[in-house]
Amino acid sequence: MKSPAPLFRKIPPAVSLSAVILFTAVLPPVVGNYWSQVLGDIGIYMMLGIGLNVVVGFAGLLDLGYVAFFGIGAYGYALMASPQFGMHVPFWLMLPVCVALAAAGGALLGIPVLRLRGDYLAIVTLGFGEIIRVILNNLDPLTNGPRGLLRIDPPFLGATPINNPQRWYYLILAGVLVAAFTADRLNNSRIGRAWIAMREDQDAAAVMGIDILKYKLLAFTIGASFAGAGGAIFAARQGAIFPENFSLMVSINVLCLIIIGGMGSIPGVILGAVVLIGLPEMLRGTEQYRMLSFGALLVIMMIFRPSGLLPASRRRPAAAAPREPE
Amino acid sequence: MKPILQTIHLTKAFGGLTALSALDLEIEERLIVGLIGPNGAGKTTLFNCLTGVIPVTSGDILFRGRSLRGLKSHQITRLGIARTFQNIRLFQDMTAFENILVGRHCRMQAGVWGALSRDQRTRREERDHASSSIRILKLLGLETIQNTPARNLAYGAQRRLEIGRALATDPKLLLLDEPTAGMNPSETAELTALIRTLRDKLDLTILLIEHDMRVVMGLSDRVIVLDHGVRIAEGPPCAVQNHPRVIEAYLGRRGMTATPPASPSQEAPPHP
Repeated sequence: MKSPAPLFRKIPPAVSLSAVILFTAVLPPVVGNYWSQVLGDIGIYMMLGIGLNVVVGFAGLLDLGYVAFFGIGAYGYALMASPQFGMHVPFWLMLPVCVALAAAGGALLGIPVLRLRGDYLAIVTLGFGEIIRVILNNLDPLTNGPRGLLRIDPPFLGATPINNPQRWYYLILAGVLVAAFTADRLNNSRIGRAWIAMREDQDAAAVMGIDILKYKLLAFTIGASFAGAGGAIFAARQGAIFPENFSLMVSINVLCLIIIGGMGSIPGVILGAVVLIGLPEMLRGTEQYRMLSFGALLVIMMIFRPSGLLPASRRRPAAAAPREPE
Repeated sequence: MKPILQTIHLTKAFGGLTALSALDLEIEERLIVGLIGPNGAGKTTLFNCLTGVIPVTSGDILFRGRSLRGLKSHQITRLGIARTFQNIRLFQDMTAFENILVGRHCRMQAGVWGALSRDQRTRREERDHASSSIRILKLLGLETIQNTPARNLAYGAQRRLEIGRALATDPKLLLLDEPTAGMNPSETAELTALIRTLRDKLDLTILLIEHDMRVVMGLSDRVIVLDHGVRIAEGPPCAVQNHPRVIEAYLGRRGMTATPPASPSQEAPPHP
């Protein structure tokens, strides 16, 4: 099958990159608070998408319970930085803790499902996501149940609290950049190649010397850690979190934006988040036809670019990829 | 010459079906050994047991004197056994170059930290293994298509790339499962020559399943014949070819009472 021609190929990367950086940097004051808030939502979904893409896109493990790690990160921060227990640990201290908590959760989920493939894996991970939500909903003494956790502390940069959409925008942007950088480095490494090989043909990969169990576990752990960071940011930004924030729909949305953007492609995931989360906001003008037109747009997109908006290109990605011989 | 590979009473049963039955084999170093037998003889099952793809039921496998029992595929690969598959199983979305580089995986070290920091050691490692991958591509005459995704390669190139990917793991013993299947005569001749070159250049021992009798007889130093999981003959190609039990296994027995089953003493003389 012929793959669709990549978009934006003609522009030199240095030029397009600095243009993108400049554009994103001046955005909040130009678009104002409302759209900064929307962009922040998009950014959090980008982080989740980049993380889940490690599991689904790179390693080829269909994880439908990804929201669990988002929830673990969010509750991890909220419990330690709210009146719930009267503790107020600084955000920057809790961020790595939440990442570690979510990574541990990823490993915890990974171990029992190591031998499962495809549909079976999807169902077990789906169950795991629900288990975490049900626990959050019912463990009243710890999580305050459906009443949620309120008055969560914002992060401080020096003495400045990050408490308005424009400031949040920059913090989330930094998070997205770190996530994209991390995922890209992993993708173009011995580890990324092992994941892709495993995705393409697990048995052949094992015979080629790849420790399948190790790399599956690694994918779950690393993928989950992105959601842990995203969760901490989400909790601190919302100021209040409830178990229903961590429903199955979040997992499905994150998976959808990966599929729309292009499975395994980091630029694709970023664009996918803009489309999937941003488009419904832009379509508010169409009033009650909003979701209808959104659905129609998604269908059209999948017809014309079935492998995603910016499909992953494994043409020449490796750091040491050789030049074409003259 | 001492054996590089030895199977001791190797048995593999799938439920009631015994695919390999107390098989005792010895493969000597630096030989090309042909493994033949009718369909269902247990040839591919033997390969799967040797590479840890399926667990053995009983018996043992010794590779360079070391037991492979309980080892996983990737550990066996590390010890120096590599294989190809009967139906090509390349990493289709990856380029030819990347397929080879995946084969280098087990000889590389970089972990998560190396991948993220891309420190000097990791960069050097990537460079070194990239150039050894290119050497392998050149050896197989695939250097011009190194950036083509495997799925877009011609059939013959895919077969060669799969051999290249196996070679990239630095094997001592190479298992080839029907390497010339589906090839035309000129491609077959080319591949036969290549296999011989590889043995000579890389000091390999090659165990090869093949249905094309001209290839087996022309290439092998020794031939082992399996039928119903039992070795029915072994020896130099010319001796095996005319062995009555081999003819019987392939063509059936003439009449009902014509010739009595051959006794094991009739087995072909061992290779000098």
